[in-house]
Amino acid sequence: MKKTQIYSLLLMILMVVAPHALHLPLTITSLCLMFLLWRAYLTYTANALPKRWLLFLITFAIAAGILSSFHTLFGREAGVALLILLTTLKFMELHTVRDATVLIYLACFIIITNFFYSQSIPVALYMLATLLVIITVWIQLSAPTIALKARCTMAATLLLQALPLTLLLFVLFPRVQGPLWGMPQDAFASSGLDDKMTPGSLSRLILSDEVAFRVSYANQVPRREQMYWRGPVLWNFDGRTWTPGRTANSIAPQFTETKQAVAYTVTLEPHNKNWLFALEMPEWISVPAALTYDFQVIQKDAVTMRSRYEVRSVLQYHANLQEAQRQLRRGVQLPPGLNPESLKLANSWLAGNPKDIDIVRYALEYFNKQNFQYTLEPPPLPGIHGVDDFLFTTRQGFCEHYASAFVFLMRAAHIPARVVTGYQGGEYNQTGNYYIVRQSDAHAWAEVWLTGQGWVRIDPTAAIAPGRVQRGLSASVKNNDVLPFMSRNPPEWLHALRLNWDSLANQWNQWVLGYNSERQYAFMSWLGMESVSWQKMALDMIAGLTLLVGIFALYMLRHFYVHRPDRVQVAWEKLCKRMAKAGLSRAAHEGAGTFAARIATVHPELAEPIQNLAARYNALRYAGQAKDAQEFIRLCAKFRLSRQNRR
Amino acid sequence: MESGAIILTQRRIFILPTRQGWSLAFLLLLMLLGDLNYNLSLGYVLTFLLAMMAVMSMLHAFRNLVRLEIRAGQAEPVFCGKTAHFVLHFQSSLPRYQLHLSDGKGNQNCFDLQAGLDNKIAFPVAATRRGWLEAGQLTLYTLFPLGLFHAWSYLHFDMRCLVYPEPMAEASLPQEYAPEGSGKRQQLGDEDFYGLRAYVPGDAMPRIAWKALAREQGLQVKQFSTQLGDELWLDLTLTPDLDLEGKLARLTRWVLDAEQQGLRYGLRLSGKELPPGNGTAQRNECLRRIALYDLT
Repeated sequence: MKKTQIYSLLLMILMVVAPHALHLPLTITSLCLMFLLWRAYLTYTANALPKRWLLFLITFAIAAGILSSFHTLFGREAGVALLILLTTLKFMELHTVRDATVLIYLACFIIITNFFYSQSIPVALYMLATLLVIITVWIQLSAPTIALKARCTMAATLLLQALPLTLLLFVLFPRVQGPLWGMPQDAFASSGLDDKMTPGSLSRLILSDEVAFRVSYANQVPRREQMYWRGPVLWNFDGRTWTPGRTANSIAPQFTETKQAVAYTVTLEPHNKNWLFALEMPEWISVPAALTYDFQVIQKDAVTMRSRYEVRSVLQYHANLQEAQRQLRRGVQLPPGLNPESLKLANSWLAGNPKDIDIVRYALEYFNKQNFQYTLEPPPLPGIHGVDDFLFTTRQGFCEHYASAFVFLMRAAHIPARVVTGYQGGEYNQTGNYYIVRQSDAHAWAEVWLTGQGWVRIDPTAAIAPGRVQRGLSASVKNNDVLPFMSRNPPEWLHALRLNWDSLANQWNQWVLGYNSERQYAFMSWLGMESVSWQKMALDMIAGLTLLVGIFALYMLRHFYVHRPDRVQVAWEKLCKRMAKAGLSRAAHEGAGTFAARIATVHPELAEPIQNLAARYNALRYAGQAKDAQEFIRLCAKFRLSRQNRR
Repeated sequence: MESGAIILTQRRIFILPTRQGWSLAFLLLLMLLGDLNYNLSLGYVLTFLLAMMAVMSMLHAFRNLVRLEIRAGQAEPVFCGKTAHFVLHFQSSLPRYQLHLSDGKGNQNCFDLQAGLDNKIAFPVAATRRGWLEAGQLTLYTLFPLGLFHAWSYLHFDMRCLVYPEPMAEASLPQEYAPEGSGKRQQLGDEDFYGLRAYVPGDAMPRIAWKALAREQGLQVKQFSTQLGDELWLDLTLTPDLDLEGKLARLTRWVLDAEQQGLRYGLRLSGKELPPGNGTAQRNECLRRIALYDLT
């Protein structure tokens, strides 16, 4: 192996591994870098590679290290870490071109593993760039003598020729629905709402700019303060953490007096949980999913892939006017002996036997009047009486603090209540005519059960910071420095650029990443294929590939089949034609030299230029001197018999 | 067996995947299964891109050979133990990369061709036996650009190279066996009449002894001697070696030394005689006769 080949291979692996640095632990990334630098150093100084036993030792150490920190060798994180480390270690026993080929194949595999983390447009573009480097290195391996420029041109040619073929294959290659075998739980990256809530859990999520889902409404768009995207419902409180509690069989959800139905399509990013998001309250959903007794939409499997579903929701409703007694009892349970001050406060409201709705109003007024602050950076609540500390001491909190304290107060006043988490609002994207709901739109609110009204949504945050619900987060918090840059108030042009970009990403998600068998069938029938079947698509695919490869073959071999006249010959023949018009036609047996000599005898004054031309012609045609062709053509074009000689 | 120019046409070019090509196919299959299972759209794109580049690399391998014009050239005689170079002239309107020539016996070389020019490529073969060395059937192949496909064509030119025996390392010239025996060597010249010898085709007409012919003594040639230089007969029977190859090796050495010392020398090989002479032509003719002596 030549040194330059090894350096190219190092560069290639560096490019392939680089995107993984974003999510792998720093130790693994730096270990990889160390191996690469080590090999570069050994090559530079022409030192021998390390001994076999040492490599075995390092391999075992790596496997043991990964096993101890990930507790497996086969999960996504552990598998990728192992693959990358062993690939970089492979450099230590890189001797032959065959070893280098193994490295190239491994590089392709590492690229694929990166798609488990992201398949966005930038990742796709980066893949193309990496592929170009890989092919260039590959050519260098099989043809070390070729100059860099020719190598790059060759690689780019291969890539450009492969692109239309790939497009054809991508569209027509018959897709199979669903996994062929089980996949590891952590196969895909995910982030999002959890099914428990502690003080600070939502405000951490809010710092993420990631898209949770995108929504396009069929016709009518609800007002922003109506966009409550219902997620996990939390019943149990241990003084600090809200959890869903044990699922109890109960009466089926019933929505009565429903008004204001809206229909919309949600494209949900994978979040590795099995709930789907819908506006309160969903009536109908296009995918197999169940509506639980507390109105969550749950499907059987976790959402590990981007999925699309249509929903019809009603924005005005009476939910479960009849509720099971055991549910109502669950709705007033409190951890015993905690937060005595809050209990006292709630008890004070009970004096005078008010209606339940009045108690709700008291609580909201309490939040409104008592100088509570809505902030992303609330002081910590380390004590066991967390709600007391919040309500009477710090009085600074985020939505989870308010929802938690509110539900606590309601339960203390014997009103059945529960915490609902989800997302609130969304940002309109004009370019694509859809709404983007981000992690930073995560929200928590409360639900109370009132006689004659059923479950009613109460958002205590709206009592302190109405702007949060009406206009969004950045309008409602003062210290918005901690928010992701884009959730603050970025310049207008940047904002517009970002929305355009998201619109593009949405198209990409729908058409490239979401191109499954369903989409494929729809697209085929849209193209005019009758009774779409995979056999037809396969046949079309093969026919299309053959046609395209044939076209490429014709293009590549055009030099051999298209006769391109020699420019020198053309110039000379033009000159002969002019001479013939002037009465001096070249005989078939006459060479350039004899013809020139004949002209020279007829027109002695032209002897020098014509004999010069003939000599040049002979040199160009027969002596293989190609460099003066341009000059010859110019001289030929200029050569004329002077006017008085023409008859 | 061909002589003249060969143009590699479609029918003369064969293409098959290499082992590397098959292993890539296996890798792509694995990748495709992964894409199916995890529904990785970009994974599909990568897999298809690699597969299609492999397909296109087959076309490029074909393009690297097709329409190549090849003519057989001369092969300069060599001594046994050295390397014979069969020269082939390649002409192409496009640049070609990483062409390999191989004769299936372990001899091969690799080269690039420039567009347009007459590319002269020497194919080296070790000369191991005296006599005619046949180039035999050569395989022209290429693995360009990715080493996934092996495209090849057979070239069977009527090309042969003369291999002289390997000269003995050191052997003194046969002075004591000089015909005069006095140590004074006579060299054939044109001053004094020296004798007659049998006619050999190619002898000059004025030297024919017409009188002897008239006396019905057969066609004879007059020989003259000159005292200016020495004349030496290199005779197979004068070599002291036991085996034929050793004798020929010694003769070869003698020829080379005699030529180097500027002597006039002739060659006698069991009945066949090359009259004494001097110069490269004489040397080459002597070596040729020695090389081809007693070969069936």
